[in-house]
Amino acid sequence: MRVDRLNVALGNRAVLQGVTFAVAPFEFVAICGPNGAGKTTLLRALAGLLPGGRPQPRDVAYLPQGARCAWAMTVRQVTALGRIPHGDQNPAAIEAALTACGVQALADRRVDQISGGQARRAMLARAWAGQPKTLLLDEPIADLDPSAAHEVMALMAGFAQAGGAVVAVLHALDLAAQYATRMVVMENGSIVANTSPALALPAAAASFGMDLRAETALLLRPKQTKDEAA
Amino acid sequence: MKLAVVAIVVLAGLSLLLGAAGFGLPDADILWQLRVPRTALALLVGAGLGISGAVLQGVLRNPLADPGFLGIGGCAALGAVIAFYWGFTAAFPLALPLSGFLGATLGCVALLLVFSRAQSGPGLILAGVGVSALAAAALSLLLSAAPNPFALYEITFWLMGGLQDRTLMHLGLAAVPIILGCAVLLRLGPGLDALSLGEEAAASLGAPVARTLQLAVLGVALSVGTGAAVAGGIGFVGLVVPHLLRPWVGQRPGALLWPSVLGGAALLLAADMCARAAPLLLPLAAEPRLGVLTALLGAPFLVVAARRVAP
Repeated sequence: MRVDRLNVALGNRAVLQGVTFAVAPFEFVAICGPNGAGKTTLLRALAGLLPGGRPQPRDVAYLPQGARCAWAMTVRQVTALGRIPHGDQNPAAIEAALTACGVQALADRRVDQISGGQARRAMLARAWAGQPKTLLLDEPIADLDPSAAHEVMALMAGFAQAGGAVVAVLHALDLAAQYATRMVVMENGSIVANTSPALALPAAAASFGMDLRAETALLLRPKQTKDEAA
Repeated sequence: MKLAVVAIVVLAGLSLLLGAAGFGLPDADILWQLRVPRTALALLVGAGLGISGAVLQGVLRNPLADPGFLGIGGCAALGAVIAFYWGFTAAFPLALPLSGFLGATLGCVALLLVFSRAQSGPGLILAGVGVSALAAAALSLLLSAAPNPFALYEITFWLMGGLQDRTLMHLGLAAVPIILGCAVLLRLGPGLDALSLGEEAAASLGAPVARTLQLAVLGVALSVGTGAAVAGGIGFVGLVVPHLLRPWVGQRPGALLWPSVLGGAALLLAADMCARAAPLLLPLAAEPRLGVLTALLGAPFLVVAARRVAP
């Protein structure tokens, strides 16, 4: 999946200027940069949602920023919406998505009666259920607590390791550096860095007009089990 | 679902037996000229209102959406009032529903023209608010300059909605557009399901968002506009029916369509039977207006539903 020298204007403001971007299987690309840099527009272009674009619903699942379900459906019903492109209710795919996203136990709960982190995972399960090759996620961890954010990041990393491609807009640079395989930094509608997270971090910090500190003390991470520690 | 069909058949049977003279089997003339058209119209108009409410709530992702939002009913009322105003109704009995239908059609065209510029839920609401405000203003203008007090009385009476003295001609006029409108709306299920995730996510799922919205406007205009043309202003049915049904059939908007057709039909027929029975049971000089009854029955249901929805 790729876009070549993409220019997008909203009114007379250029939102994207000559952006070229591609993503391959096994990649988890984090798109970072300040608000208004064009991250969401790039994601929408990849999803085929810009004028003249064509969505590929069977291959690409897109989760917009702050995605939620308007009705108080159950987690299983929301997940089943991911089967719309296939026009079926494939129960195996739906159960697999529920399990993969860790919401199997909540399957019959209503999405308005579970926590924000659980609801976000339910939305991910919806994207998962369509068995896409590519996940496009706009700020999927924006409103999650640290532990839920780590869980969702691990979920996306797992999807890429299994041969899928993930493109996610992320503001949490530390999490992006920890889980993503590549980091794209955008500023004013252009890509200013596109490399491994470790190399792209200084550019990402600079895009916010900030410096990267050399020492990074007291970062949160998921608890290690005894086996992993050994 | 089976239960609903049985309930409608029973209600319709009782409705044929219920008339101004009391309860019992009437002669064939009364049966065919009055009871059958009235019963069938109540079922048709109610079905159109019920599914229109379900579709609009689904399209706009808002449980407060009502077919009245789009102003199509207001345009039908305007057309009808114009027919009253210039005395067409005295010359030609079908002038009233026909001009109401014409008003609804013009309102639908205006709505689609305004709406084609901004094809999204908020755009639809704004277009509807504009159309209904314009219709209401024109209606007030005509009412304030009514030629004589009697015309004013008759217009106000008509605006309250009712199915008294409707004939087979009314039924013939209304049946095809309402059924067509319902058929258009019944096909929107998958699009509405996708839209519950928002317009962008729905588009990424391959749902034809703009087309779903346009067909929703068309179907609602056909069924609600025709309903208003033959029955006057009847509110609350489209708003209340989906609310009543959600606890039974679930929240998925696509699953709500057929039940809303049946629920709307049953509710309006029941309300019309209450209207007919009221003078027999209560010391009333005339039937209460149907539009007034649906509001009286609908509002308390809505209050209960609101208490349940509130977090």
